[in-house]
Amino acid sequence: MAIVGYLIRRILSGLVVVWLVATASFFLFFARPVETVARQLAGRAATPQVINEVIQNLGLNQPILTQYWHFLDNLLHGNLGFSYYTGQTVDQVLKADLPPTISLVIGATILWLVFGLGVGIISATRARSLFDRVASVGVLIGLSLPVFVTGELLILFIFQPLYSHGFHWINTGYVGITSGIVPFVGHMILPWITLATVQAAVYTRLSRGQLLETLGEDYIRTARSKGLSERRILYRHAVRAALTPVVSQLGVDVGTLLGGAVVVETVFGLGGVGQVALEAVDQDNLPVIIGTVIIAAVFVVFANIVVDLVYAALDPRVRIT
Amino acid sequence: MSILEEAANEAAATVGAQEGAHNVMGRTQWQLTWGRLRSDKVSMIALVVVILMIIIALAAPAFAAVTGHPVDAAYPDTGENAFGNPVAPGVNGFILGTDSAGRDLLVRIVYGARISLFVGIVTTAIALVLGVAVGLIAGYFGGIVDTVLARFTDAVLAFPYVLLALALATVFGPSLLLIMILITFFSWAGIARIVRGQTLSLKEKEYIEAARSLGAGPFRIMFYDILPNLLAPVLVVGTLYIPNAVVFESTLSYLGLGIQPPTPSWGNMLSDASNFYQVAWWYVFFPALFLLITTLAFNLLGDGIRDAMDPRTERLIAARRMRKRSLRRKNAGTPPATVQLQQPGN
Repeated sequence: MAIVGYLIRRILSGLVVVWLVATASFFLFFARPVETVARQLAGRAATPQVINEVIQNLGLNQPILTQYWHFLDNLLHGNLGFSYYTGQTVDQVLKADLPPTISLVIGATILWLVFGLGVGIISATRARSLFDRVASVGVLIGLSLPVFVTGELLILFIFQPLYSHGFHWINTGYVGITSGIVPFVGHMILPWITLATVQAAVYTRLSRGQLLETLGEDYIRTARSKGLSERRILYRHAVRAALTPVVSQLGVDVGTLLGGAVVVETVFGLGGVGQVALEAVDQDNLPVIIGTVIIAAVFVVFANIVVDLVYAALDPRVRIT
Repeated sequence: MSILEEAANEAAATVGAQEGAHNVMGRTQWQLTWGRLRSDKVSMIALVVVILMIIIALAAPAFAAVTGHPVDAAYPDTGENAFGNPVAPGVNGFILGTDSAGRDLLVRIVYGARISLFVGIVTTAIALVLGVAVGLIAGYFGGIVDTVLARFTDAVLAFPYVLLALALATVFGPSLLLIMILITFFSWAGIARIVRGQTLSLKEKEYIEAARSLGAGPFRIMFYDILPNLLAPVLVVGTLYIPNAVVFESTLSYLGLGIQPPTPSWGNMLSDASNFYQVAWWYVFFPALFLLITTLAFNLLGDGIRDAMDPRTERLIAARRMRKRSLRRKNAGTPPATVQLQQPGN
């Protein structure tokens, strides 16, 4: 039963964070004079009447607290406001762009965890071997490469040569999973690799360091002297304990991952929430951007709760209270 | 972030250990560190690359003068081919070719180095000051101050920075000042967390108690007694944050949220170059290469300094020498029995 109380408390504190982010975002609307915003929306040749109409329509002339109340009220009803340009609701705009972002984030996370933890574990068990040395050079390069540079280099050295030689499976742009798994993977493979590279490097380093430290602990020696097989010691005793700090790092990195997704979507022209938000910057379409920020905050909070639960499941010393 | 913390922990752990050896060796901790750093080839190469990069950035106008191509000058006749595309490296006196507007790529890259290094070094310096101050205060005072600051730090660390950059760039318009504020805002938190952790353990030491019993106030203790012992981890973290900031700046500029053209930055050059990868590989390749070399050099140097501050490194080096020697003996046919007796690391 303790877990229910814990979950309720975590969700409540998560809601407070989301509320803080939402409030801060709301005040961004007022960082510029209302007139300027309205004039931009109405276009260059707008008469004062048109500008007034725009202000009226958007409710920009009401007192700030009233607007804030409406904003929160709408938020609680899942309504993030209306796009300044198309008049669609923000959630409609974002919903249409979710599939590429979700495919990207999930695929990249799998790649990154498999490679990061896998290489980290192998490196730690064979410290100072050739594999370990090659891996640590790879890690440093991965850490030093900005996401967009990895993407551009993959396009330049993999996509472009293959494409110009008539090999069209690996491609840019987004193709839904509904049009077949093979073209889907072909379109997503480079974005996945790009997004996973930096993170995989971080996790390789982290898991290698943690595992090396754990393998030096006394209880591992005890396990060895009991005559357990090396494999059992590694996976049942060492990896489990070594992974807990890695899991807690996951919570911090969810935000970084979302930021990276924006960049990768732009590099490969995937569409997606991030790219739409970036386009909204050009159009001064603040509601879409704020909607994205709030959704991202919800996602980060949710992911952190999941991470904490996994953490507690992995580490018997952590009690959920 | 936690890798940095780990690095800082290791570096800090060594400070105390080295003070013992201080008198015997007759060398200061910094001399020892420098000695170890100098014997590490990779770190020295990284250091040379970093210094070279700084010289190149400072000498940017000299590049423009020698090539005769000012940074913003476009050469539609010599710098573009018949289709209006960039010309390749070496053509018409453009050493690294030209960009999409027919400007000298080398000169633009060199000027881009100025922005990258300036943003990287200045924001890291400010973030260090802020992070050290917040970390010291949170760690030293503890209690409610610590709780509030720690929560705030965690919130900053978990926030998707690209999204906040998007929102702020929309509202205030992209500018150098804005991205420097953004980078600083997202950098101090990690440093504060490391400093806080170190302060928590340092403040329990006897010499702090001694200082307190002599009547030293909290700020005197924080800045005169604790801070000097934090310099080692802070130096390591600083070196490792510079490449972070460089990547941060170039990413924002790539997305069009940072440095605006025609001012060259590696990020906005790559953003433009991405439209030309089919006709001008060099336009993508060289800015990316400079960016990678810079961040890699800083990362290697940071790792090197961390290792050099760690007295355990001495043993590692000794162990490596031992192994090499034993290998040589094996190859020469001598039984390595004597080597087996000597445990590496003693």
